[in-house]
Amino acid sequence: MLPLKFNVNACNSCPTGDCLVKCQYMDVDKDTAREQMIKIYNGEDSFVLHNCVTCYACEEYCRRGNHPFYLIMEQREQKNILTAPRAITNQWINIGEPTGKNRLGQIRERVLSLGFMPELLQMVGGPLFKDVMPSYLFGNDFFCNVVFAHFAKSSVIKERLPVMIDKYRNLGVKEVICLHDECYGAFASLAPAYGIEVPFTPIHYYEYLYERLQTLADEISPLNIKAAYQRPCSARLSGDKQHYVRDIAELIGVDLVHREYQDENALCCGEVMGWLYGYDLKNDLQRRNCDDMVESGARYCIFNCNACQNALSEKVMKLGIKPVHMIDLCRMAIGELPKMEV
Amino acid sequence: MNDIVRSLAEIVGEQYVSDQNEEAFFYSRDPGLMPDHKPDCVVLPETTKEVQAIVSLANREKIPVVPMGAGLSLTGLAIPLKGGIVVDMKRMNKIISVNEKSRYALVEGGTSQGALKSYLIRHHPRLRHSLPDAPPAATIAANVMIHGQGRLSQQYGFNSDMINGFEVVLPSGELCPIGSAAMTSEWYSRGAPFPDLSGLFLGWFGSTGIITKLAVKLYPNKKLRDVEIFVIDNEETVPDVVFEITHTELAEDILIFTQPMPAVFKDNHHVSFYITGDTEEELEFKRKMIWRALDPFIKSKDGGFMSIPPGVKGSLTEMPQTSAARIADIKKGGGFEYSGPVVPVEWYPQCARKLSELAKKYNLAYSGMIRIVAGGHCMMYAFAFAFNRADVDMVERTKKALEEVSNFVLELGGMYWKPNVDEQNMAIERMHPNTRNLMKMIKSNLDPNGIMNPGNWEVL
Repeated sequence: MLPLKFNVNACNSCPTGDCLVKCQYMDVDKDTAREQMIKIYNGEDSFVLHNCVTCYACEEYCRRGNHPFYLIMEQREQKNILTAPRAITNQWINIGEPTGKNRLGQIRERVLSLGFMPELLQMVGGPLFKDVMPSYLFGNDFFCNVVFAHFAKSSVIKERLPVMIDKYRNLGVKEVICLHDECYGAFASLAPAYGIEVPFTPIHYYEYLYERLQTLADEISPLNIKAAYQRPCSARLSGDKQHYVRDIAELIGVDLVHREYQDENALCCGEVMGWLYGYDLKNDLQRRNCDDMVESGARYCIFNCNACQNALSEKVMKLGIKPVHMIDLCRMAIGELPKMEV
Repeated sequence: MNDIVRSLAEIVGEQYVSDQNEEAFFYSRDPGLMPDHKPDCVVLPETTKEVQAIVSLANREKIPVVPMGAGLSLTGLAIPLKGGIVVDMKRMNKIISVNEKSRYALVEGGTSQGALKSYLIRHHPRLRHSLPDAPPAATIAANVMIHGQGRLSQQYGFNSDMINGFEVVLPSGELCPIGSAAMTSEWYSRGAPFPDLSGLFLGWFGSTGIITKLAVKLYPNKKLRDVEIFVIDNEETVPDVVFEITHTELAEDILIFTQPMPAVFKDNHHVSFYITGDTEEELEFKRKMIWRALDPFIKSKDGGFMSIPPGVKGSLTEMPQTSAARIADIKKGGGFEYSGPVVPVEWYPQCARKLSELAKKYNLAYSGMIRIVAGGHCMMYAFAFAFNRADVDMVERTKKALEEVSNFVLELGGMYWKPNVDEQNMAIERMHPNTRNLMKMIKSNLDPNGIMNPGNWEVL
């Protein structure tokens, strides 16, 4: 099996214990954080293994390049500590099984990956994606499997991720624009953490959008709207790309409201928490998150992830906030889509 | 028979009677697997008096009479097994009245589910009836006659429990009101506090009379409706989950499904429950209570809620649900049939294992579709198989699988829902002799000439 690259010395000498100190779901001080991470590394039991809600945030909080969340995921599986109910875990294992059900466009060296989300296809036909389309692909062979981090199933990731990367290799692609953080995180974070070679350059779609919008600058009409941004859990695997949210917002005239639950302090959409822990945690997260959007004066909620959008759209709409995917927001800015009125 | 056809034409008008092969062909079959049998003629009455005249004629001439709604039972209940006259009730489709305060609708015997649904939406949006997941053309009276189930069965029982009486044409041709209508023009009770005579007709599949008028109970139609799906990997746990949901008394409807395709449903059991409310607050309260009731299963990792994409939610909340039709045609070729015994909820594990065993043995596409009835007092467990009608071998395998279901159900002590004639005979054989004798007394007294839907419930 592929070993995780984890440097315990980095934990030993960590001056902050940020991975757990900053955790929004556990109350941990610096010394305890360090002590628990070392215990986990040594294969001992820890309350962290039982209480982690799988928000991925510690991957971002750790400034020393270690992989605290992947280690927690590994050790949970080793100890057979289930995160989600068995039926839900198995359901996702079945959904993500690569069976060759794919749809490929005219594949070139640069390709747009929709992962396993065919619904994204309707968003990528216009001017924003003109210089890459119709080079696209989606299907269960291209499902990145990062979701199994929520289920503490690193074995599934390690089994399927190299096979999936091989599919790309066989297509001869050189650059893959990922339309979801999880896919990007699979190539830019998980694969390197397990020493899996990635034979192409992964490109976060925010980076792509930003560049395209600059090219299409003459087409942009500032939207002049106030919006909150719903940061997904998988964005913790690509923290270095999150500045593009502000960069893009600035380009298209979106005022990103200042709110409590943003950037590092972002809250999960709650969907996975419902699978893992039931109503109360899910409801608490969603209520605090939505209330925060209202209090900050947002009239729109920008989504990056379709799962977050599914989980929160209805809830924010009932509060008078319009849900919109980042791609659709950019399409509105260049006039490809009419501006949605609140 | 020509004389009979002429007499029938005098009753209903020439254009509403036929003994032609084209009509006989259509009325000789249903979409299920039962062998076809042609009627001698088909007649479409428009009034109760016409029905009375038809039945009187048939009784006098000792000709079989088979009442028919939309002919969708799938188990051949409206196939004229011994020929005779098929009485197609579709022209008797009027919604006579709705009593909003007492919450019931008075409809004619051929009124379709879809017609009442759309009428209520237009004229009484705060009321609804228990809509079965059948095509909208299915008739209300026929569904009640077979003890159908619908969207409100979890709360209120079989659709036949949700009536306030009816008017029936007896095999003699006489008209008999059942329930409060026997005393007054109001339709507020189907029997209580007097002897409930509805049992002389309900579940008899038209072999004791033809319903020409029916009072259907109506219920509050809440403004909001939502669905959640709780997923379990062990069939043994399903009855416990149902017990906890029904204990809350908050679910509108509880359906369970298990099927191997698509992959998202493989190897699991899915308990879907529906909640309703007039406000978000009401809906959220119900959601919270049921989620919390199931918390122990989440904690023990024995079950959990799955995410339902908005697109899928739309199809799950539509009434009637059409997704069953998609599953039904998974093998293409339009073949679909199920055996749906009514059994206690705690027998779920045995039924689930049997379904899976039969699907494997006969290499068939399958689906287990279950509806909880009356707060969990029992359930209808449909062993459903989809098949290609053009594939003779597949049809044969499906028949064998369904036969095995029939035997399994009988051994288990279950009761067939809308049994075909073979299953009816097996049930008659199995039932307590005194019960059988009582049925004989009823049948021989009501229908001494055996004209009503002969072949069905042949206790004599």
